[in-house]
Amino acid sequence: MGKTKTLTGVLLTVAMLTVAGCSGGGAASGETAAAPADPNEVSGGIKVLTQRTDLVQNGTLKRYAAEFNKVYPKVKVTFEGITDYEGEVKIRMNTKTYGDVLMIPAAVAKNDYPKFFAPLGTTAELAGKYRFSDKSEVAGKVYGIAQFGTANGFVYNKAVWRKAGIAAWPKTPQEFLADLKAIGDKTEAVPYYTNFKDGWPLVQWTANVGSVTCDAKATDKLAGPVSPWRAGGELRTIDTLVHDMVKQGLVEKDPTTTNWETSKAMLAEGKIGAMMLGSWAITQMQGAAKEAGGSPADIGFMPFPAQKDGKFCATLVSDYQQAVSAYSENKSAARAWIDWFTEKSGYSEQEGAVPAVKSAPMPATLKDFVDNDVTFTERSEAATALVNDIDNAAEIGLNKPDYRQKLIDTARGAQEGSLQDFFADLNKRWDEAAKNAGS
Amino acid sequence: MTDTPPAPPRTEPARRPRQTTRDGRPAGPAAAAARKPPGDTRTRGRSWRDSPLRRATPWFFLAVPLALLITFTYVPVASMISYSFTDWDGVSPDRAFTGVDNYVQIFTRPELFRVFFVSGYYLAASALQIGVALYFATVLSFDLRFRNFFKGILFFPYLINGVAIGFVFLYFFQDGGTLDSVLAWLGVTADHPWLGDPTSANVSLAGVSVWRFTGLNFVLFLGAIQSIPGELYEAAQLDGAGKWKQFRHIIAPSIRPVLSLSIILAVSGSLSVFEIPYIMTGGATGTSTFVIQTVKLAFQFNKTGLASAAAVVLLAIILLITWIQRRLVPDDKVDLV
Repeated sequence: MGKTKTLTGVLLTVAMLTVAGCSGGGAASGETAAAPADPNEVSGGIKVLTQRTDLVQNGTLKRYAAEFNKVYPKVKVTFEGITDYEGEVKIRMNTKTYGDVLMIPAAVAKNDYPKFFAPLGTTAELAGKYRFSDKSEVAGKVYGIAQFGTANGFVYNKAVWRKAGIAAWPKTPQEFLADLKAIGDKTEAVPYYTNFKDGWPLVQWTANVGSVTCDAKATDKLAGPVSPWRAGGELRTIDTLVHDMVKQGLVEKDPTTTNWETSKAMLAEGKIGAMMLGSWAITQMQGAAKEAGGSPADIGFMPFPAQKDGKFCATLVSDYQQAVSAYSENKSAARAWIDWFTEKSGYSEQEGAVPAVKSAPMPATLKDFVDNDVTFTERSEAATALVNDIDNAAEIGLNKPDYRQKLIDTARGAQEGSLQDFFADLNKRWDEAAKNAGS
Repeated sequence: MTDTPPAPPRTEPARRPRQTTRDGRPAGPAAAAARKPPGDTRTRGRSWRDSPLRRATPWFFLAVPLALLITFTYVPVASMISYSFTDWDGVSPDRAFTGVDNYVQIFTRPELFRVFFVSGYYLAASALQIGVALYFATVLSFDLRFRNFFKGILFFPYLINGVAIGFVFLYFFQDGGTLDSVLAWLGVTADHPWLGDPTSANVSLAGVSVWRFTGLNFVLFLGAIQSIPGELYEAAQLDGAGKWKQFRHIIAPSIRPVLSLSIILAVSGSLSVFEIPYIMTGGATGTSTFVIQTVKLAFQFNKTGLASAAAVVLLAIILLITWIQRRLVPDDKVDLV
């Protein structure tokens, strides 16, 4: 008898403790995180969550904070670098303590933004000033400001391409394949490196949606049972190119054991012809070239091989967006940091990325694009929430490596099935999910 | 199964030296005389044996492990079961109750179960692993030169972190990596991408798993074998039994309970393989297992509800298989003498 009672007691205590620990309810206030009118007035400590652990460790962010304090002397900024940013922050968002300023994790559904973040202003106020503000717009209010944006394309080694006798950028996927073949024949380099094992570089291909037909609204148009991989669809063009490259043996010998860190040096040393990446990778490759004793000038960047009216296009895509936590106690200090970091810190210039501020010039890394008159289109995010819902419901993962890994496996014969069946299956799953999501 | 902390023996904490009083002071006659005024014996006379505090003592000792066990095992399992009846995406503060919808989905989508075929590779590997472990345990239980050295070598892989093993073997299997070099020394030029096609990749990964877990099986078997009294061997030898007969009639029956445990661990382990394939291939090229699939459902496609249901189903399958196995091979007492 006594024993049972004690056990029940223990269980109850533990259960109560657990419940007390979990129930951190309370709704967000919805109060706007407005920038302070007087920089000397605003005070308080703010914590910034960031995925850039490297910049936390080498003190770069601290130097930014010191600069910031010259304008806002009473605000104390601390940083928390998180290696597995997506995974960890996603879990922390079940609590109230996820910093004052954070990058909006991809896992948070757009419609939930008002529950987690403080609004930064109305669309009317912010859309004129910043690029990509529609990415975090819910019901007329904007919840995030992009750190910077990126353009997608092939980072390539100019010396290798010259050696293969190629002077101009390929204008069609067929020309691109022919050029890769020339690289394979005339040089020692691996024409294209997939980075299959690490997976995320395969995701970069998806960012070309919009570049192919020069349509800023291309992603929005996926929201519905539209069979994205139908003949003529952008994803079909993109994924067919991936498939053909692999099928024609223009990629590394064993994709399953690739290594991203080594691939940087290999591209810089001219052992790789090209890789599909965002423009953020250019500075890294230039750094790798310098380290390898090569010339950073050899690192080039070319758009997806497709033209409209004789011009190449490059879709600009927002990087992580900075938001203020709905539970922050120093919202205006947090907002002051975001504004300063985006506009005045020079961070995006340092990273060689497309600035979020519309009036700022394009970075030096995209000089090739500017010189060759590439049309930049800013990707519309109006229907992104719905597209993501469909994508998740279909378990395809446009922004996950899995389906493209399977595509590569199919292309090199490691998995059965034809390309046609593969696309047909994707279309079927997408359309079914879209029909259910719409209802 | 292995992470349950062993419950402390119930009688142990309650037993205290008779020579101290309740508050722990020495209870010599002088001390007793000093502290106990005569005539007080009746009120203080309730013996320690009946005191409620004594009954509660074991629970004080159990409180910490129980609290840890409940907080980190049972509460999460309970919430997982409750998530499995919702459509929660893993982040949103709202979730809708969807009844058994997730379970219906799992049982009506054959592609979710197809990954169990991959477990077949690991199951076959476990059989090999148990065989190898048993062989070495038997051999090393006899007096051999460098016995402890070999024991160390066999057990060592089990001590390495699974993530590290994944990375090490990635280099091992890569094009021109360790395996290719070793084969080249032996004069074999195998121009074969080891992780390149589903069969080869799964066999390679299962091989890594054998390398990693043989040590654990080996130690379990060795422990059981070494607990056999030495006289039995002597007696058997006198009766003219060779090494094989000793194994057949002394060692084999005495390690049956451990063998049966190893088989349960092997089956449940094969069904829930995760670390090695997740790190080495990420589930690409047909190496996805049920757990990898579950993790992807939860964290890539934000279907935490469905993934929880999948986890509950896996738990049920493992419990079922264990139960069947216990019914088929009852764990009867081994009596050697």
